[in-house]
Amino acid sequence: MSPNELSEFELTCPLPISDYPAVLMAHGGGGRLTHQLIERMFLPTFKNSLLEARHDGAVLPMQQGRVAFTTDSYVVKPLFFPGGDIGKLAVTGTVNDLAMCGARPAYLTAAFIIEEGLPMATLWRVVQSMQHTAEQTGVQIVTGDTKVVDRGKGDQLFINTAGVGIVSYPGTISPGSVQIGDAIILSGDLGRHGMAIMAAREGLTFESAIESDCAPLTDLVFSLLDAGIDVHCLRDLTRGGLASTLVEVAQASGLHVQVDEKSIPVREDVRGACEILGLDPMYVANEGRFAAFVAHQDAERALSILRAQEAASEAVVIGEVQSTTDRMVTMRSMIGANRIVDMISGEQLPRIC
Amino acid sequence: MKFVDEYRDAKAAQDFADAIHRITTRPWTLMEICGGQTHAIVKFGVDELLPSQITLLHGPGCPVCVTPVELIDKATEISAQSGVIFTSFGDMLRVPGTSTDLLSCKAAGADVRMVYSPLDALKMAQANPDRQVVFFAVGFETTAPANAMAVYLARKQGIKNFSILVSHVLVPPAIEAILSSPRNRVQGFLAAGHVCAVTGYNEYEPLAQKYKVPFVVTGFEPLDILQGIYMTVKQLEEGRVEVENQYARAVRRNGNEEAQAVMRDVFTVVNRKWRGIGEIPLSGLGLNAAYADFDAEKRFGVADYHAEESTECISGLILQGEKKPHQCPAFGTRCTPEHPLGATMVSTEGACAAYYRYRRVENLEVSKV
Repeated sequence: MSPNELSEFELTCPLPISDYPAVLMAHGGGGRLTHQLIERMFLPTFKNSLLEARHDGAVLPMQQGRVAFTTDSYVVKPLFFPGGDIGKLAVTGTVNDLAMCGARPAYLTAAFIIEEGLPMATLWRVVQSMQHTAEQTGVQIVTGDTKVVDRGKGDQLFINTAGVGIVSYPGTISPGSVQIGDAIILSGDLGRHGMAIMAAREGLTFESAIESDCAPLTDLVFSLLDAGIDVHCLRDLTRGGLASTLVEVAQASGLHVQVDEKSIPVREDVRGACEILGLDPMYVANEGRFAAFVAHQDAERALSILRAQEAASEAVVIGEVQSTTDRMVTMRSMIGANRIVDMISGEQLPRIC
Repeated sequence: MKFVDEYRDAKAAQDFADAIHRITTRPWTLMEICGGQTHAIVKFGVDELLPSQITLLHGPGCPVCVTPVELIDKATEISAQSGVIFTSFGDMLRVPGTSTDLLSCKAAGADVRMVYSPLDALKMAQANPDRQVVFFAVGFETTAPANAMAVYLARKQGIKNFSILVSHVLVPPAIEAILSSPRNRVQGFLAAGHVCAVTGYNEYEPLAQKYKVPFVVTGFEPLDILQGIYMTVKQLEEGRVEVENQYARAVRRNGNEEAQAVMRDVFTVVNRKWRGIGEIPLSGLGLNAAYADFDAEKRFGVADYHAEESTECISGLILQGEKKPHQCPAFGTRCTPEHPLGATMVSTEGACAAYYRYRRVENLEVSKV
């Protein structure tokens, strides 16, 4: 722990650091230390009436209509990276999955799997970041779980969050709803999260640090839905990147997706890093970008709504859904020839030369 | 992005393509040597802009693809030994050996790590003095200087727990093997720009004269490749046989002499087996006597290991330009990137993987956005 972290920790962390500077097996044992962790760290941070019931689960008030429900686990390494951390990711990732269903995120669960020995200050920073992001996105963390595993049996910290959100949009937002002629709108530049993580993980240094694009997408999505845009499908472009999303939609809809490479924004530093490593930004993960498939006649309006917001000021139409029923994605290359865009079988691996 | 976008400009590409159309009067068969060029050709669709009389064959210049099965087997064998940290460039990790690959070894408990430079592996050796750190030294003349430098520094700094598993290959002997084959169809070569940045291109001049084929040292961006094709076709149409340099922004006639010096210091030219092709005399690099202590094959007792290659995979014919990937009966059916029969389906630079990824459907017809 650096001196800075220590002083910040002492000032703000409610657990007496002199007693427990690191997480012990007993913090997951269900006894007094678990109780202390919940009472002094989780409850006051995530503070809300549902959590304060201190029950085995949260009992949620429900309205009539449809509810979206999703879950995701977060195992990012390093835990803190330029532009974000595992806590921010654990909230935005799940919130964004709900938003992609057209749901307004409402409640999250948070389950921590902690490796014995994790500095308490690290856990504190992550928990603070989760709450900060939850407030930003208007969700409450209403129930959770803590487990501690032996040192060497985990990788510092894993978090699982599940979330529910309320769907008030009358249509069905899903790959199966995509229609011939739909415009494909990309909300911003590609590849920042994946390259930020890779640079941090592998100790690659570039002229300036690439920051993750990790951000909640709720406001952007609801700006479209509330304006009555005829949205058929929304997908956030996480693992597998834009390419994998397009392929999934082509396969699920049974139609053809055509995109134009030249229209796809990739920031200069990300492109440079990808060029050096032999990676294709089309396959690099994002944590704050989505593709919207909207009815052709609404494309221009959707674009101007998105562009009016800072988080999507670079939104662009990258292609359209075509009538061929080959379930494929093709891309017009920079030099004007067409090629297939396919999923890759595993992770992209940097090239030899 | 500067120095990239200029070489991907659609209008300039079309202008070059038009120029190639204008000078082409009959069929010509060219080969690009390098897997990086193959990847760019298929990814950007460079070949779609060419006249139908021009056939591009994809050469043996993908280091991952030509690394023989038995070397992968040696790598997996070494990685499984206790106390070993096995390091490699990323794209070697998925290449199948006889029964397994390095990623599977990692899953089974071996300490296999991806590195971006052999010097990172050397640092790992310094940081882990009680472990044996092995680097998989794969590649053509492009990666050989950095790999040589790692071994040179290891000896100089007395780092004894570092060694390399060498699988270096050389381009000119492979070209000669293709040209001397009675089935050869190649009439002109795009020589690999990055290899020539190290070696220069003096070596290609005797080859050009002996076999009466033009060479053009060519870069890797779409416009480089189109210009390389233009220059090669122009020589063929005019009946000239020369070695020309399209990639002058990176390549000098004599290459990088400092890089050559460190290669000469550490390596010696040896016979080398190529996956799918077989042994080519004096076609590779091995550690010379002064650096023999750093040879992982000797250190880990795997020097005499031999393995047979799959008989179903026709990568040898593909690497020599005798067949195109989709002409293989296993292509896209029994052989896919998930279940590759041979290395040309594994590496992104492999011709089969490039065709699978970008070209699975022949005569692709789509309207433009």
